[in-house]
Amino acid sequence: MLDDFFSRAIIAGIGVALVAGPMGCFIVWRRLAYFGDTLAHAALLGVALAFLFEVNTTLAVFAVSAVVSIALLLLQKRASLSSDALLGLLSHSALALGLVVLAFMTWVRMDLMGLLFGDILAVSKIDIALIYAGGLAVLTVLCFIWKPLFAATVSRELAEAEGLHPDRANVIFMLLMATVIAIAMKIVGVLLITALLIIPAAAARKFASGPEQMAVIASLFGVAAVAGGLFGSLEWDTPSGPSIVVAAVFLFVVSLSPLSTWIARRLSKQEVPGA
Amino acid sequence: MRDTSKPLVSLTNAGVRRAGRWLVRGVDLSVKPGQIVTLIGPNGSGKSTTARMALGMITPDEGHAERSAKTRVSYVPQKISIDWTLPLTVERFMRLTSNLAPAEATAALESTGIAHLRKAEVRTLSGGEFQRALLARAIARKPDFLVLDEPVQGVDFAGQIALYELIHTITQEQGYGVLLISHDLHVVMAATDQVICLNGHVCCQGTPSAVAGNSEYKRLFGDRATDALAIYHHHHDHTHLPDGRVRHEDGSITDHCFPSDGHHHGDGAGDEAGTVTERTDDA
Ligand SMILES: Nc1ncnc2c1ncn2[C@@H]1O[C@H](COP(=O)(O)OP(=O)(O)OP(=O)(O)O)[C@@H](O)[C@H]1O
Ligand SMILES: [Mg+2]
Repeated sequence: MLDDFFSRAIIAGIGVALVAGPMGCFIVWRRLAYFGDTLAHAALLGVALAFLFEVNTTLAVFAVSAVVSIALLLLQKRASLSSDALLGLLSHSALALGLVVLAFMTWVRMDLMGLLFGDILAVSKIDIALIYAGGLAVLTVLCFIWKPLFAATVSRELAEAEGLHPDRANVIFMLLMATVIAIAMKIVGVLLITALLIIPAAAARKFASGPEQMAVIASLFGVAAVAGGLFGSLEWDTPSGPSIVVAAVFLFVVSLSPLSTWIARRLSKQEVPGA
Repeated sequence: MRDTSKPLVSLTNAGVRRAGRWLVRGVDLSVKPGQIVTLIGPNGSGKSTTARMALGMITPDEGHAERSAKTRVSYVPQKISIDWTLPLTVERFMRLTSNLAPAEATAALESTGIAHLRKAEVRTLSGGEFQRALLARAIARKPDFLVLDEPVQGVDFAGQIALYELIHTITQEQGYGVLLISHDLHVVMAATDQVICLNGHVCCQGTPSAVAGNSEYKRLFGDRATDALAIYHHHHDHTHLPDGRVRHEDGSITDHCFPSDGHHHGDGAGDEAGTVTERTDDA
């Protein structure tokens, strides 16, 4: 079944969606929606630097993303600017730097479309192995830091006072984000990975009464979006990456409808017997 | 048994300096198991800063702060803002920093009177209810050291007395060490082992009665503060729970007050805090 490019695409996409669900919840909770775009620009700089120093692209993207995310953490602690202003600052610096570095290398022609949307239909077996191995590692570490990370999301002060080391959890989370971006970028593209981080999490909010529940629902919505988008692209011959994003948006819109309000209410009723 | 001789936390001549100014300076303080130490002082006098030093969140720029790494800490901060987009029920909030059995969480919520709000979303709680949730969460962790920064702000009057009594009881029963910050002099005074009056420095400290008699303290809080002790020395035989029921001295809970209970203004049933007056036996 792995010999068929379409099955490979679905399996790869599902792997990315499963990891993106819980990670995206933290992005949404922490109001870091533009974090994905910032890392996308960091990824461009990473690709440029990889050409310049002739190193592995994935590694370079990870390194630059990690530096940018840690810079965000440091600036959040020191500067008196809001997170969105800081993200804008980092995002544009990384983009401009990336373009300047590329300009030095006139012989390089970068495939910007490929970087943005990737090519999920060209996924190889090795890519799938990378996604699942990396994804499993990311989810395992995320489980370990879940409690301090969520506590720090609710209240940094409480987490710090009660000895949960929120800063340590934050740094690890940023490194996980950099890992996800580095692995997913080449395969599904930066636009798709940011969309899979944010949109399923946003759609899941309404159905969740707890953070863990929201993470699981976000993953499931992501999987549904990947499956729906890919089958749609096969049916109507549309580009695969954007079709997945459109499917995710469709799910979000459905989540706003009265019918799902009713389902959400039923779900929370089930949990409160007699309420 | 806990070792009651060794302090859980101690500050020695501790001070914090920010932006070229001493926020607070020369604080000597130690909290032992089973002891309630209360910080009082006007706004901006450095109470919260001192608490954060005791918690190890700020390293003193002068002097020392000592706390055993094994000390389990619970904290009720003065203010905390929770993003309304978070899916967070009271029940989940109770487990924020520690793994609790559901029964433990429920027991703590019952003791602060909001067990009926277990499944409610935190963002829908009223100010006083949220404060009760914060306190319940802190207690449920079964800490060694409990830091309460104005824990009953926004709680109705009857509730304030009930919560202070709760803090007092659990301190004695469980042997927690408590660092309490409060403006409610009259309520706090009688339940405290030691009072430290701050005003950028320690202006006076000692037992409640010693502090109440101190001239600097009187200058800071005015003459009315001297009445603080007298006001607290009273007796109440029942407490009004937030859900409208009444808890009596013997621990029993009924829907209404008994006619022989400490007297009421108004008709009693389903009382609001404002209609409750406590019988003052020995005042
Ligand atoms: N990070 C900081 N940088 C500069 N000044 C600060 C900082 N934190 C607190 N302050 C100042 O330190 C002083 C003491 O603050 P603190 O919060 O400890 O007061 P407080 O006694 O708790 O007051 P309140 O009764 O209003 O809660 C205040 O004047 C405050 O403006
Ligand atoms: Mg304060």
